[in-house]
Amino acid sequence: MRGRRVVITGLGAITPLGQDKKSLWSSLVEGKSGIKKITLFDTSNCEVHIAGEVQDFDPTRWFDQKQVRRLDRFVQFAVAASTAAVEDAGLDFNKTDRNKIGVVIGSGIGGIHEIEEQHTILLQKGPSRVSPFMIPRLMVNAAPGQVAIKYEIYGPNFSVVSACASGAHAIGEAFRIVQMGEADVMIAGGSEATITPLCVSGFSSMKALSTRNSAPEKASRPFDKGRDGFVISEGAGIVVLEELNHAKQRNAEIYAELIGYGKSADASHIAAPDPEGRGACSSMRSALDDAQCTPEDVSYINAHATSTPLGDEVEIKAIKTVFNQHANKLVISSTKSMLGHQLGAAGSVELLICVLALQHNVVPPTINYETPDPECGGLDFVPNEARKIKLNTVMSNSFGFGGHNVSLIIGRYT
Amino acid sequence: MPESVAEKVRGIVSKQMGVNNDQITEQTSFVNDLGADSLDTVELIMEFENAFDMNIPDEDAEKIQTIGDAINYIEERVNKCGGAES
Repeated sequence: MRGRRVVITGLGAITPLGQDKKSLWSSLVEGKSGIKKITLFDTSNCEVHIAGEVQDFDPTRWFDQKQVRRLDRFVQFAVAASTAAVEDAGLDFNKTDRNKIGVVIGSGIGGIHEIEEQHTILLQKGPSRVSPFMIPRLMVNAAPGQVAIKYEIYGPNFSVVSACASGAHAIGEAFRIVQMGEADVMIAGGSEATITPLCVSGFSSMKALSTRNSAPEKASRPFDKGRDGFVISEGAGIVVLEELNHAKQRNAEIYAELIGYGKSADASHIAAPDPEGRGACSSMRSALDDAQCTPEDVSYINAHATSTPLGDEVEIKAIKTVFNQHANKLVISSTKSMLGHQLGAAGSVELLICVLALQHNVVPPTINYETPDPECGGLDFVPNEARKIKLNTVMSNSFGFGGHNVSLIIGRYT
Repeated sequence: MPESVAEKVRGIVSKQMGVNNDQITEQTSFVNDLGADSLDTVELIMEFENAFDMNIPDEDAEKIQTIGDAINYIEERVNKCGGAES
């Protein structure tokens, strides 16, 4: 689809590898892991003891004491990352039409910290002690709502929920809104804070999580033969999308152009990927069509690859199907090897990483890639060391439980 | 020395509303001076109930509009029940 051109002018990230884009990028290029023992709750009776926590997150850096108490951790991440993105973009809302600025922020799960805390209060102290702030703290759309309140911006404002594709869907939907002229600027991305006893137990019961508790930094190992599940992680990734002329008129630095958005459903199983990767193929093809690109135009794919045995294999199968011979020339990496799986924030953090990769002409590595798995074999996963490579067109994949698939494509702005 | 009712109430209000203790007096109104919305006032009453281990019926809660109102109401209830608070 062609509408107005949309460029990326601001980036904000809260991650286990840094709470600003610079420290995130340098950690990724160095191949550092953000996975450690869980400190947010006592895991002694749990099967899983490791996660990618945003350590030393200091909410008072972003909010006053009263606001801190009104925001669940995932909303704090979302507002903090949005603030960073807006500052990075150098946006002055007094100089823009506030009706034409909107926010789309997704989350896979929402305020689970709040739900668990209040449910404990309900059981221990009774219904009359449940906080009046519980609902406005836990709802997924608290994230875009709070960002709009902070900046007094009145444009399109909502959440998307599609599990681990939420952040990518949010950016895609915001892209369309700017293309179609409903807004000139959109603050978009995903946020997640689900390192809680209930949530970790739920994923653990699904056998979705790595149990490599003795070696946290080695646990997330996409495409490696020894992979045994994903590592739960948290954070937020927010980008500022802007109509090209709007960005030019205010002399904004343009990092990249968002050119393609493809989305599809597996319609196969609620938690497992379609064995042939049909949904993944379809979202990648739609994104290429949308961007008016051929497969040969793409040089790097930031894969969804979460380090689960089946998911990684199916994604590679789909990439081989869509890209055919060109698959051998692609460089593919999974930055989840370092960050773990930030669920609803993953897709937006990864798009942000693609922008940084394009800017620096450097592809971050897939760490812990030691023993190739023949089932995902033959392709270049940028093992263990970042690589300097000229990039022009880059794809980011995100797939979620529920069978949701999103592919986004960015290009160098010329 | 156990905390007095007044000290406890002031502590709760300053924490919940994010204001310094020296910014509030007995005349301070939750809504007019501290900008409390309807959810803040519900939560404040709940915090008083927790701290003083009592139930404050809605019809009483509606009358508690200032810090002084809260202190007087709670002291009266505590004394009536012969509580240990001084």
